[in-house]
Amino acid sequence: MTLDWHWKSAREIRDAVQSGAVSALDVTEAYLRRIDAVEDKVDAYTQRWNDTARSMATKVDEKVRRGETAGPLAGVPVALKELLCTRTGKTTCASKMLENFRSPYDATVVRRLEEADAVFLGKVNMDEFAMGSSTENSAIKPTRNPWNLRCVPGGSSGGSAAAVSAGECALSLGSDTGGSIRQPACLCGCVGIKPTYGRVSRYGLVAFASSLDQVGPLTRTVEDAALTLNVICGRDAMDATSADLPVPDFTAALTGDIRGLRIGLPKEYFTDALSDQMREKIEAAIEVFRDHGATIVDVSLPCSEYAIAVYYIICTAEASANLARFDGVRYGFRHPEAKTMQEMYVMSKSAAFGPEVRRRIMLGTYVLSSGYYDAYYLKAQKVRRLIKKDFDAAFEQCDVIAGPTSPTPSFEFGAKSDNPLEMYLSDIYTISVNLATLPGMSVPCGLTEAGLPVGLQLMARPFEEETLLRAAHFYEQNRGFDMGRPPVA
Amino acid sequence: MDYEAVIGMEVHVEINSKSKVFCSCPTDFHAPPNTNVCPICLGMPGALPVLNRDMVNKSIAVGLALGCKISRWSKMDRKNYFYPDLAKNYQISQYDLPLCDNGALEIEVDGGSKRIGITRAHMEEDTARNTHALGGGQSGIDFNRSGVPLLEIVTEPDIRSAREAHAYLTALKQILQYLDVSDCNMEEGSLRAEANISLRPKGHAEFGVKTEVKNVASFSGVQKAIEFEIARQEQVLRSGGVIIQETRGWDADRGITFSQRKKESAHDYRYFPEPDLPPIVVDDAWEQRIRHQLPELPMARKQRLEAQYGLSGYDAHVITLSRNFADYYEKVVASGADPKKAANWLTVELQALLSEAKAEITACRVAPDALAALLKLIDTGEINGKIAKEVLAEMFTSGQSPDSIVQEKGLNQISDTGAIEDAVKQVIGASPNQVAQYKEGKEKVFGYFVGQVMKATQGKGNPQLVNEILRRELGR
Repeated sequence: MTLDWHWKSAREIRDAVQSGAVSALDVTEAYLRRIDAVEDKVDAYTQRWNDTARSMATKVDEKVRRGETAGPLAGVPVALKELLCTRTGKTTCASKMLENFRSPYDATVVRRLEEADAVFLGKVNMDEFAMGSSTENSAIKPTRNPWNLRCVPGGSSGGSAAAVSAGECALSLGSDTGGSIRQPACLCGCVGIKPTYGRVSRYGLVAFASSLDQVGPLTRTVEDAALTLNVICGRDAMDATSADLPVPDFTAALTGDIRGLRIGLPKEYFTDALSDQMREKIEAAIEVFRDHGATIVDVSLPCSEYAIAVYYIICTAEASANLARFDGVRYGFRHPEAKTMQEMYVMSKSAAFGPEVRRRIMLGTYVLSSGYYDAYYLKAQKVRRLIKKDFDAAFEQCDVIAGPTSPTPSFEFGAKSDNPLEMYLSDIYTISVNLATLPGMSVPCGLTEAGLPVGLQLMARPFEEETLLRAAHFYEQNRGFDMGRPPVA
Repeated sequence: MDYEAVIGMEVHVEINSKSKVFCSCPTDFHAPPNTNVCPICLGMPGALPVLNRDMVNKSIAVGLALGCKISRWSKMDRKNYFYPDLAKNYQISQYDLPLCDNGALEIEVDGGSKRIGITRAHMEEDTARNTHALGGGQSGIDFNRSGVPLLEIVTEPDIRSAREAHAYLTALKQILQYLDVSDCNMEEGSLRAEANISLRPKGHAEFGVKTEVKNVASFSGVQKAIEFEIARQEQVLRSGGVIIQETRGWDADRGITFSQRKKESAHDYRYFPEPDLPPIVVDDAWEQRIRHQLPELPMARKQRLEAQYGLSGYDAHVITLSRNFADYYEKVVASGADPKKAANWLTVELQALLSEAKAEITACRVAPDALAALLKLIDTGEINGKIAKEVLAEMFTSGQSPDSIVQEKGLNQISDTGAIEDAVKQVIGASPNQVAQYKEGKEKVFGYFVGQVMKATQGKGNPQLVNEILRRELGR
């Protein structure tokens, strides 16, 4: 029975492969067929690694045949975001700058997945250098939302979310700097978690904003997210910002018991900026918690209104330095007509970075410039601390903060791409979590009348992913409806 | 009107830790180009820095040796500028919170001593090296040096002359070598010095406009460049001109400084805290651990050698110039040699052999106890000083003990009165003219007799006995 493997959870696949009930190769072939069937509509993949996938799967099968215990993600087909460094294939960051770039090493998370016996199907689309909320900023191609092909999958991990949602992989790794895992997970109806800053190694994640970036999984179930976190979390000697804390078995947190859990609702997240169709679904989700013994409390995050401003100063400042290395000297695009060193820099960067990347580099350069530093960057750092204090205070009153992931469901291509400010507002509810270095996640909580997914966002104290997963898992098991599958064939 | 020079120094020192400051690549950049490199020091996408603890330890040691305050909390920053030798197009450095600040270094100049304030010492990474000698209009970049640990040491504007600058560099290098944290080889670039120079009318408090002199390959070059720059600025000012704030290079061949970069084109480095690295928190225990490991520093050792062994200030100075040399000296003395004689033999004879062989004391085949044994042979009259020099030279090349050389070559001093008397009589008998001259009162001729007797004894005659017997025999 191989028919529907592409809709199985990572957990089901892992168990079946480990026990020998199915071969990893059969599962892989099922996914390859699924990709063949829907990819021309979804366009999630930027690289397909069919041979790599088959050979990885074969290795897992040999392991099982030898009687060894296959890893915790044995035979699970995975798609990797384009900005994770891999020795296999290219690492393009969906940019013309790196269209032919091959990384000499694997990112720590990639290595950990491989050691857990996962199978890599290829790499998936994203906004160029993770800058965007719709994947429209990809220099490679647009990716479509499996729930409505006229709509965007969100971003920047849009390819990851679309692939998971369309059954083109069992799980995917994305990265989240201001919402780039949670927002596309919300728009595509899947589970996405941004772990606490420092929980997952950033080594080999091409940096956008170093103090905000974090790698995390996009999955179809909460349990799969826990399973993936078990594999990718933990101290890495190659990342000085990775936390030296023990990694629990996250799946053990999925007890289904939320009695006594205090859930805070920040009043700043339920204003007019939230569309009615989203509000309705979020409020219904809160009721599920209330009905099962959680305590619902009102909390306030008064500095929320500054989050977007603070974020676009800090992330652009860091990005302006992080992207400076793409200069055409050692790798990446070098303009063939550049004759001097100055021309090499200016012409290469101008030609190979898209407009959003250029905009952010210029913004970041500006806010760090002599005479502006204090007014922008330094002030933003101060407000960032205030935002964190808001959360500290709120978490005195509650264990989990709940709210919308995105102010609106998915939107049609081009709807916001001419107005960067409006696009920036897509992340209004997710950005604070990054600024405050908290764990945050999005869980599907229904469909709008137009059939577009809505996501419930949950946030917890630093390094309390277990609380987050417990709440999300409880909700998933008790929401009282099935999200169903996207209409893509 | 008299002018006074105001000079501050910035010195970059390559710290000799085994691996680079943010990755595990070896720091040996003499390897073939681009062999000691990895994704981190090449600035590959996704690579992250991790601060080398040995670099922090050595930097703290330098800070303590320079009397600096060690920051309980400091951080790394990004210094942004574009240049092909800078892998990430930002240098990881320290901006407003350096690891060490507020110290001082005592220097000796013109017989007196002077305190030069140390503003700060901060950690950073070295850049790659560009080469334009590949031909065909191509430039090459060698990233072996990219990420080599650098400590930048900045002084207060306390230096008033080129000689003081030279003395400062000498004293600093001495300390760094005592700490064994750097080769301090200026020609190879493991120590790089820049001088900020301005002039002001003597007695004025405010500074004049400064120029910065870079790219000098030796301490004497620094001294000459500062001398030139002071003279140049004075000439400009005396002729009613103004000094332009700029960076000036040093042309050693022509002995002049020349304008390299005007201030208007100075960079805005857009410093901001390095988000990839956590802050550096040095607690009391850490600082104490390093403090306990500090060796005795040059100035303290010099003073102790003077007091303990009765050495002259000059000898103590020469011996303590290098820690290894001073260690060697104290081992010779510990092996029983007379401290003053040991100092003489070390600073004159052995030093001469070392200089000729261009060898370091650490590579010297003469063991300290062997040198002490040689001095003992002189003391006991086994050999004379002249023979001892030959023996030392032999020891230096063969590594043999002085006793075996003396035995093997039959160099024992002749202290047998009869044998010397025979030789004296023979010489006197063969030199009637000289005897006559001597008897006429020509004292100078006495030297001739000594020389002849020594020749007859193959240099082994006990000089004192030779003198005595000659006087007696000639006086008859």
